[in-house]
Amino acid sequence: MDNSIITTEPLMPRETAVHEPHEHVFIPQHRHHFETEEQQREAGSFGMWLFLLTEIMFFGGLFFAYLLYRNWYYDAFVPASNFLSVKLGGANTAILITSGFFMALAVWAAEMRNKQVLVWTLVLTMIFGWAFIGIKGVEWHDEWVHHHIPGAGFDIAEFVNPSAHGITDQKAIPPDMAQHSQIFFFLYFGMTGMHALHMIIGLGLLLWLLWRAQRGDFTAGYVAPIENFALYWHFVDIVWLFLFPLLYLINRHPLS
Amino acid sequence: MSATSTTIVNLPDQTTAVIPKKNYISAEHGLLSWLLTGDHKRIAMLYLISITFFFFIGGAFAGLVRLELLTPQPDLVASDTYNKFFTMHGVIMVFLFLVPSVPATLGNFLIPIMLGARDLAFPKINLLSWYLYLAGGTLTLGALVLGGVDTGWTFTTPLSTHYLNTHVVTTAAAIFVAGFSSIFTGLNFIVTIHRMRCPGMTWFRMPLFVWSHYAASILMVLGTPVLAIALTLVGLERLVGIGVFDPSKGGDPLLFQHLFWFYSHPAVYIMILPGMGVISEVISTFSRKRVFGYTAVAFSSVAIALFGFFVWEHHMFIMGVSNYSALVFSLLTMLVAVPSAIKIFNWAFTLQKGSITFETPMLYAFGFMGLFTIGGLTGVFLGSLGMDIQLTETYFIVAHFHFVMVGGMLMAFLAGVHFWWPKMTGRMYPESLSKLAAVVTFIGFNLTFLPQFILGYLGMPRRYHAYPPEYQVLNVLSTAGATVLGVGYLLPILYLAWSLKYGPIAGNNPWQATGLEWQIQSPPLTENFTEIPVMDHEAYDYEWLEHKTQQEVTTVG
Repeated sequence: MDNSIITTEPLMPRETAVHEPHEHVFIPQHRHHFETEEQQREAGSFGMWLFLLTEIMFFGGLFFAYLLYRNWYYDAFVPASNFLSVKLGGANTAILITSGFFMALAVWAAEMRNKQVLVWTLVLTMIFGWAFIGIKGVEWHDEWVHHHIPGAGFDIAEFVNPSAHGITDQKAIPPDMAQHSQIFFFLYFGMTGMHALHMIIGLGLLLWLLWRAQRGDFTAGYVAPIENFALYWHFVDIVWLFLFPLLYLINRHPLS
Repeated sequence: MSATSTTIVNLPDQTTAVIPKKNYISAEHGLLSWLLTGDHKRIAMLYLISITFFFFIGGAFAGLVRLELLTPQPDLVASDTYNKFFTMHGVIMVFLFLVPSVPATLGNFLIPIMLGARDLAFPKINLLSWYLYLAGGTLTLGALVLGGVDTGWTFTTPLSTHYLNTHVVTTAAAIFVAGFSSIFTGLNFIVTIHRMRCPGMTWFRMPLFVWSHYAASILMVLGTPVLAIALTLVGLERLVGIGVFDPSKGGDPLLFQHLFWFYSHPAVYIMILPGMGVISEVISTFSRKRVFGYTAVAFSSVAIALFGFFVWEHHMFIMGVSNYSALVFSLLTMLVAVPSAIKIFNWAFTLQKGSITFETPMLYAFGFMGLFTIGGLTGVFLGSLGMDIQLTETYFIVAHFHFVMVGGMLMAFLAGVHFWWPKMTGRMYPESLSKLAAVVTFIGFNLTFLPQFILGYLGMPRRYHAYPPEYQVLNVLSTAGATVLGVGYLLPILYLAWSLKYGPIAGNNPWQATGLEWQIQSPPLTENFTEIPVMDHEAYDYEWLEHKTQQEVTTVG
């Protein structure tokens, strides 16, 4: 048996018009290696979901460390957590949910092919996103003022002797346990910092999407980038929805 | 050349055959056409070149380690230099060679073709993953040039965070970056396998190569981010002293190992599963039979991936974990042996009554089956709690994982490279020389690592640059074996490079194999298929192939 004939003749494209049965017109963003637009869109969003899965695993390591140390050093975690401002954290939660709401509207606007609404909802998403970062910055500044940043400048005085610092509603804890509040604050900075980093990356992407949206890229039937970004943005929201109760609300209940 | 009973190789008539003028290599010219390509086949070749480069750097460090261990006295290098040698060997071999070896080269090249697709789902992300790999490799080399790192590839805390003054952060950053390369490869594979299969390509018609890559991709996507966060924490601990792994601040050094091994144990399955995929293809082709128990082999890949996530604690049996959890993890560890054994038995049954021929890829595949079985069974020794206390941190461990990684994975990698070389380049390698290389590798490997089992059993600890004189005979044997092994690895580089220009033209299907990749021209077109194929038969259907070639002959004649 000899297959030289097949090798010597390059394969001729027999039927170039195989795509004809698909009646719809290809959008300009269609990539050649996808058979249909549908396939391209599904692949894109599936890829995004998988990426979010890797993000869950990434944050998962931090959450695991948090749960472990919270169990070990509960007594140090309580006063450290009580130091955080529920008001600011709560406000930030509301702001982030609002931002997510506008992002959801943006997806709807892109699907409705309404450029004006799309641009404005993206702008609002961004404004609320930056507001979140701003309030977070205020909170971080507070912690810096009170020497709660782990490292050489960390000071446990407020936990060992709260009354001397004008804190009346906290019990004093022994210094060796108070030292462990440093771990709480590291995890707090690590987790909120990682979350904020994701937000800042998202805000950068939003700027790029906004520029493309006002050019009309996403209001002519090609909404995949808006959809996939919305998935990412909602994911970042959801991470915060876990961070807020874990970090701020451990020991807050009305009876205590 | 007509088919005889001793070989199934079927090359076209060399006097008239030429490489097809239009193919993915000749489609574009110039360096930039390679560096900016979106073609999965070109990216696979870029990966092949770069991982070969890193393999030889990692191999050079292995050579230095073996050279130091030739004599009992610490005479070649000081102890801290020796530590840097084995660390660099481990880091390069694990993260820059073994993890990307088969998936990023053969997987990248073949998965779209095997599924009947034109490319992976995200060609740009595929290219990005190669650049991330290069960035990780460059950082690793940077750490090496700046003075090296001596933590061992495991970065065990508190050693890595408190007691060393070497380039831990640079190396951790390198692995962090290279990890993202691996995440993107896995993500691309999963999406492609889910969404890009051609009409008729059902899940159970996919080649087992694809199944094993699917399982490995799940591990890459779920495991690697945990490694990323673990290494980030080590970096932060060193840079700003965060205290999460620092006992004096209430942190727990063991937490690092939990996070690290949560990735790094599944990582050994990331390394071995794609190799198992190669072996399935090779065994089936060279025994002219459908893989016995196709479904069992497919599911055993997924089972290995699943169980692989629940065994990490067996790396810490002697490190003060609770006895009860050690019992559970010991049991789970032994459970992983079950799907691995399913594969070995199914391959053995595939061979039974098959028309076996002994081409080079098959020789490597036989090497894999024998050596992986030894490596796997010694893994069961180490999974049993009592044995583990005696054997852990000795050369028994070193021998065990080299049997799996080098004897298993590297053999599979070489089997795959030889098997698909005619498809990738359009040319055959020299047959007798490559058979010699396969045999030399097998002999060299056994000479290197069998003595290490005995050394470990006698109690020689790993990671020491000196040892009592009574261990010398076995160490000399091992070093001699490493030299032979080195020759075994240099040979393929030489003759494969030679074959690029002078090898006989291979034709479309030199092995008479059934996979979709063998039904197109070699080297393939940039778009792989002139029209998207329709899969109308099961995988490994040799009757279909016979029928098909008969038809072709009649239409041509």
